[in-house]
Amino acid sequence: MTLKATPLNSAHRAAGAKMVDFGGWDMPVNYGSQIEEHHAVRRDAGMFDVSHMCVVDIEGVHARAFLRALLANNIDKLQVAGKALYSCMLNLSGCVIDDLIVYFFSEERFRLVVNAGTAEKDLVWINAQNAATGSGVTVTQRRDGIGAMALIAVQGPNARAKVWQVLAGAQAACEALKPFNAVVVPGTVFGDVMVARTGYTGEDGVELAFPAQQAEALWSALLGAGVKPAGLGARDTLRLEAGMNLYGQDMDDSVNPLDAGLAWTIDLVSERDFLGKAALVAMGQRYQFLGLILADKGGVLRAHQKVIGASGASGEITSGTFSPTMQKAIALARLPMDVAVGDTVTVEIRDKRLAATVVKLPFVRNGKILVA
Amino acid sequence: MNIPADLKYTESHEWVRLEADGTVTIGITEYAQDALGDIVFVELPKVGKSVTAGDDAAVVESVKAASDIYAPVSGIVVAVNDAVAAAPESVNADAYSAWLFKLKPSDPAAIDGLLDAAAYGKNTAD
Repeated sequence: MTLKATPLNSAHRAAGAKMVDFGGWDMPVNYGSQIEEHHAVRRDAGMFDVSHMCVVDIEGVHARAFLRALLANNIDKLQVAGKALYSCMLNLSGCVIDDLIVYFFSEERFRLVVNAGTAEKDLVWINAQNAATGSGVTVTQRRDGIGAMALIAVQGPNARAKVWQVLAGAQAACEALKPFNAVVVPGTVFGDVMVARTGYTGEDGVELAFPAQQAEALWSALLGAGVKPAGLGARDTLRLEAGMNLYGQDMDDSVNPLDAGLAWTIDLVSERDFLGKAALVAMGQRYQFLGLILADKGGVLRAHQKVIGASGASGEITSGTFSPTMQKAIALARLPMDVAVGDTVTVEIRDKRLAATVVKLPFVRNGKILVA
Repeated sequence: MNIPADLKYTESHEWVRLEADGTVTIGITEYAQDALGDIVFVELPKVGKSVTAGDDAAVVESVKAASDIYAPVSGIVVAVNDAVAAAPESVNADAYSAWLFKLKPSDPAAIDGLLDAAAYGKNTAD
């Protein structure tokens, strides 16, 4: 099977990337050292090719009403053009089909950005719901074909300043952007560029969406401004330190979002009905989703390792790694309801039982370690 | 990829050096450290432990994966490299000086059965 390639495939190879098969995509896992790339993002500016993710535009007079039913978070929180919202899309069992960000541009135009590995599944679901509700919205994916967009995430304390150096004329529009807001800068030398002050690292920065034909040019320009390429290895250690869920690992379509630490993204307060609401409310929350820091030396915390609380009830690590910023093994874990923040729990690693401390997420934000 | 001619090798990417006193020093090859990525944890055997060829003797963990290191020959562990345990990244920096442990082989001739540099080189060529 041939792997799929983003418009930046040659650029990665030119930068010395170690390429791997990531869910059917030929992607850079690192450009020499994922630990150095991680530090570059926390201390300066790094960039990720996220063109394998999929922009999906939802357009039409009923766009807002359609999204009000489709998404578990409340689209009516978006009233100002450019504002964005993080939400899950649930199936009728109340479990997570995908997590995504939705941007409001106008009453008739909303933009979703969905995960790479779930894009096909998401589009099938969205199109089916469009038909079932008679909403008549136009659903346009912008990953393949005409109008294809490339996506580059530039993250770090110096990220935004380096982006202005490269996007001449965009500084005024973009400097004013608040976190979780976006603006489209028309007619730059790289075409119309959507600049969103969002990210998956816990640092400040922006995510850029623009015509795929300009991908190599914009990537080169950012390199010239001193932004370091960062691969999927660093992306994972950064997002884990930032306490951010990874679809397919921390939750999937058999996992209830309340058990995955995503209650804050589900609007159960308003009267609004949404797909999956009834099943979700009936299930309720059965597990906590918290952080672990390995206290004993003995290895790296990894997905599926068993975690045992003081009462003997057990849970499971969903994502684990070695934190470059903290120099400790850390994890995200689904834990029994009787475990408390501050508890010491036991993790089974190989033939050993090692102590770990339960902490509230996130571990790190804006370069600072927030946990003990 | 560097494969020193004066060392012996295993298919599982360990290098083995026969010392003048008859002990063998064991580490992982440059190929192995590159495949693993940044190494963050090394677990070494206890001095005095008896191992059989092919047993798990040590563990090297990168962010990506935990990799078992096997005893290339049977024997007794006579030394472990505490400096590497304290600074696991030194294995990435210089795989051939960041030795992991030393064995006193139960059969001194057993090392002859290991791969030489040329044979190991064919192993890793792709």
